[in-house]
Amino acid sequence: PCCAIGPPGGADGDDSLYPIAVLIDELRNEDVQLRLNSIKKLSTIALALGVERTRTELLPFLTDTIYDEDEVLLALAEQLGNFTMLVGGPEYVHCLLPPLESLATVEETVVRDKAVESLRKISQEHSPVDLEVHFEPLVKRLASGDWFTSRTSACGLFSVCYPRVSSTVKAEIRQHFRTLCSDDTPMVRRAAASKLGEFAKVLELDYVKSDIISLFTALASDEQDSVRLLAVEACVSIATLLPQEDLETLVMPTLRQAAEDKSWRVRYMVADKFSELQKAVGPEITKNDLVPAFQNLLKDCEAEVRAAAANKVKEFCENLPEDNREQIIMTHILPCVKELVSDTNQHVKSALASVIMGLSTILGKDNTIEHLLPLFLAQLKDECPEVRLNIISNLDCVNEVIGIRQLSQSLLPAIVELAEDAKWRVRLAIIEYMPLLAGQLGVEFFDEKLNTLCMAWLIDHVYAIREAATCNLMKLVEKFGADWAQNTIVPKVLGMANDPNYLHRMTTLFCINALSDVCGRDITTKQMLPVVLKMSEDQVANVRFNVAKSLQKIGPVLEKITLQNQVKPVLDKLATDKDMDVKYFAHEALSGECLPYEYKKLQWSSMLCVLVYARPQLLDSS
Amino acid sequence: MAAKDGSKMSAAAIAAEKVDGFTRKSVRKAQQRQRRSLSSSQGSSQFRTHGAVPVDLSLSPLPQLMPECVNQQELFTQKLQQCCVLFDFFDSVTDLKSKEVKRATLNELVDYVSTNRGVLVEAAYPDITNMIITNIFRTLPPSDNPDFDPEEDEPTLEASWPHMQLVYEFLLRFLENPDFQPSIAKRYIDQRFVLQLLELFDTEDPRERDFLKTILHRIYGKFLGLRAFIRKQINNIFLRFIYESEHFNGVAELLEILGSIINGFALPLKAEHKQFLMKVLLPLHTAKALVLFHAQLAYCIVQFLEKDPTLTEPVIRGLLKFWPKTCSQKEVMFLGEMEEILDVIEPTQFKKIQEPLFKQISKCVTNPHFQVAERALYLWNNEYILSLIEENIDKILPLMFGSLYRISKEHWNPTIVALVYNVLKTLMEMNGSLFDDLTASYKNDRQRCGTPSRLNNPYPHTLSS
Repeated sequence: PCCAIGPPGGADGDDSLYPIAVLIDELRNEDVQLRLNSIKKLSTIALALGVERTRTELLPFLTDTIYDEDEVLLALAEQLGNFTMLVGGPEYVHCLLPPLESLATVEETVVRDKAVESLRKISQEHSPVDLEVHFEPLVKRLASGDWFTSRTSACGLFSVCYPRVSSTVKAEIRQHFRTLCSDDTPMVRRAAASKLGEFAKVLELDYVKSDIISLFTALASDEQDSVRLLAVEACVSIATLLPQEDLETLVMPTLRQAAEDKSWRVRYMVADKFSELQKAVGPEITKNDLVPAFQNLLKDCEAEVRAAAANKVKEFCENLPEDNREQIIMTHILPCVKELVSDTNQHVKSALASVIMGLSTILGKDNTIEHLLPLFLAQLKDECPEVRLNIISNLDCVNEVIGIRQLSQSLLPAIVELAEDAKWRVRLAIIEYMPLLAGQLGVEFFDEKLNTLCMAWLIDHVYAIREAATCNLMKLVEKFGADWAQNTIVPKVLGMANDPNYLHRMTTLFCINALSDVCGRDITTKQMLPVVLKMSEDQVANVRFNVAKSLQKIGPVLEKITLQNQVKPVLDKLATDKDMDVKYFAHEALSGECLPYEYKKLQWSSMLCVLVYARPQLLDSS
Repeated sequence: MAAKDGSKMSAAAIAAEKVDGFTRKSVRKAQQRQRRSLSSSQGSSQFRTHGAVPVDLSLSPLPQLMPECVNQQELFTQKLQQCCVLFDFFDSVTDLKSKEVKRATLNELVDYVSTNRGVLVEAAYPDITNMIITNIFRTLPPSDNPDFDPEEDEPTLEASWPHMQLVYEFLLRFLENPDFQPSIAKRYIDQRFVLQLLELFDTEDPRERDFLKTILHRIYGKFLGLRAFIRKQINNIFLRFIYESEHFNGVAELLEILGSIINGFALPLKAEHKQFLMKVLLPLHTAKALVLFHAQLAYCIVQFLEKDPTLTEPVIRGLLKFWPKTCSQKEVMFLGEMEEILDVIEPTQFKKIQEPLFKQISKCVTNPHFQVAERALYLWNNEYILSLIEENIDKILPLMFGSLYRISKEHWNPTIVALVYNVLKTLMEMNGSLFDDLTASYKNDRQRCGTPSRLNNPYPHTLSS
């Protein structure tokens, strides 16, 4: 195929530029993948062509080819955002506008968004004059485009050029934005609503009051809930910009209305943004307006809304004005929270469980014991494992306030039940909290109540659980020390070496791998090593090659002499094993080489792939 | 009973797991459903008035409507107002009597507007529409099942259906009443009404969507002033579905209505309609859930092409652009749609697109997924397509030959190999000398390039042979 752009470096052809000619050629190849590869190297091509030819030949060529696959267009849109230097610096950056303008009108959302992102980026590289001469007209063209895609894209460009243009142009931009806010395509109104906050931030305060507020009010009462909910997001930015005395008249009527919108999606959005809204409107309005609104959201009829609000309970309480925080929480919030503890929906309960413990630091010791503790205990007995898990995972907050002992009697059955849950992910989650719990409950409580659980996980039928259990033991030893390990867990771990199930025997080895370091040389040499060595005669090859691996792993902990007298003979024997994997790992251990086995396999197979796939392409290009 | 079924289900699931290590999605989902409370397959937001204060909802029955008697109009109005009271259907204990009163009244109203003439006086319209609006227009509740798969999952049914069904029935009878006057009704059945009606198409309850479909169709038929608006709003719903949310339960129903709307378009087609075809209907093919509405979509496309054959080329090029790259199920659907299009294509149009089209078909016949290859080869069973191929055999045979020849030797599925032989035979009979030339040059190429057949082998598992 011949290319629109001749090979660079003149008609005679310069051999060093041959690869570039190929890349240019491939921009037109029938194979999408090749076009894509070539587009991704666009900067290389441009660099080779030089700034002038990039401007006069490459860019027009690219502008013309904008009827390609979306994937190629996406790559192109991204590349052009970084092209300023390749077209000759800021002075010429406007050359990039035509292709990006076309890209900003395509159907596919990701391409359009990327084009807008690149346009926003290069807008900063325009001089104020160029911005008015080249960039702003482009925004206007997009804003008055026929198809919704271009108008949608325009919404994202107003805020980047507004601050740097003259006041006449500013007035035009405001007018365009106003028009798009009342566009009759909901897609465009959604785009405008989602950029409303950003646009408000670059406007002069007077215009925020005169223009933005009326747009905000209109969008917030749009007929489509998908538009209204975006106005809630804008509400945060707008409220931040306005002086306190204007909030009541300009923002609050709309916000109140949103909090009671008939669509649950809008109410959900209010709940989801509640902390931001609270900060934006300040303490007075919070006390008078947001507290009752929050109560309503916590009691909303849709579980989605309640869950979103429940998630914000702690943050909301934390940010209440300190002077009457406790009173507000105790009289207004806590009664709602109490109801949520026995909500019918598990997502609501589990959202609450993930933050409720945080209230104890805010309310202090006495209130926690009297009011919160019964709620914690109720949630610890909840039928849904996520709820219990969320409580247990946040125990540290309570520990600081009242100490964990208050909870331990209820904690134990909850932990035991989670530890035996039918879902392995639940078991995995509780294992991960064991070291934390052990630290808070102390060694005695642990030995008495939890140790058996930790050992039982070692023979779980799911590998991920056994693995986590191994790691858990290591963390426990780090907490309780080597002496504790020697008396409580090491004997049990080593006992498993005689288990009839080879998976359990392997678990012994994995535990030793994890524990040797924290247990120290003495225990490793005297207690663990003999067991490992004995296992080298195991009849299952998997056990034997894991012995080799373990020996390599614990080697650094052992003394040289031990290595020489005890370890080496065993490895030598394993190196002559009839199983090739055992031999391999024995050799690995002996040479101390660290290249993992799997990696070698991979390399071999990827070489095969190269051989297989490279050929046809060579044939094609010949 | 339910518990028993549950245990059976999980036993089956375990058995399934043992066979292939993977449980089928439907079995897994069924289990999840079992685990969730057994009663929660119904949802509704109808009665979820925000921060509602308990009010007295008790209804007492009014006297029977008698069309011949005086004051019936007033009684009709009273009954309509009575039916504006909404009940909580999640609560199956309270208000039973009143619920029954409302049900009976609605039944009576349905009867009243469908069997009597002269009952739709102008003064009744506001009360009628108000009753309808109060009962059916609502924000749909969040889905119980966030990853609801319409193919596999049971939909959440509207809990208040016992009443709502009758209200829909009433609306339909109202629209179909011979005395119905659009010129009066348009004050109430306006753009806002239609917009809310369209939003309801997202309901998970198929019974409701079915009613909505018929009702919207009637409205489109009777209110000329709303037609453009309805089309535009459907446009917006589809565009949002394609480019923003990928979720809308009523696409199939809306397309079904559109199918009959397109049928009635006047010729020449307006630019607006062509734009709808190219910028909305074609991109709809990219949806993940295409299988749910493909039949209706293909019908719409073919309707367009029957109206205006010159659209064939851009449509086929559009389909080729959106051709599925990895989803075999969708690819089979595309091939099916292509056959429907080819069934109505004009020979001059065929010539314009044969090259890109048969390049794609040539790729399809070599697809390792035998259903794709099979569907592509089935095109040769179509007499009309066959005649088009024969007319253009000198262009098409070179495009197809390599793939067919190779696949006849290498496809893993014996059915495909048999089909390919038949196709090759048909093609050979169409132009024997060209076939021989292609065979010779193919063999030459093979010798020149070593064993390209093996290197190009699309089935990796035969690599080691």
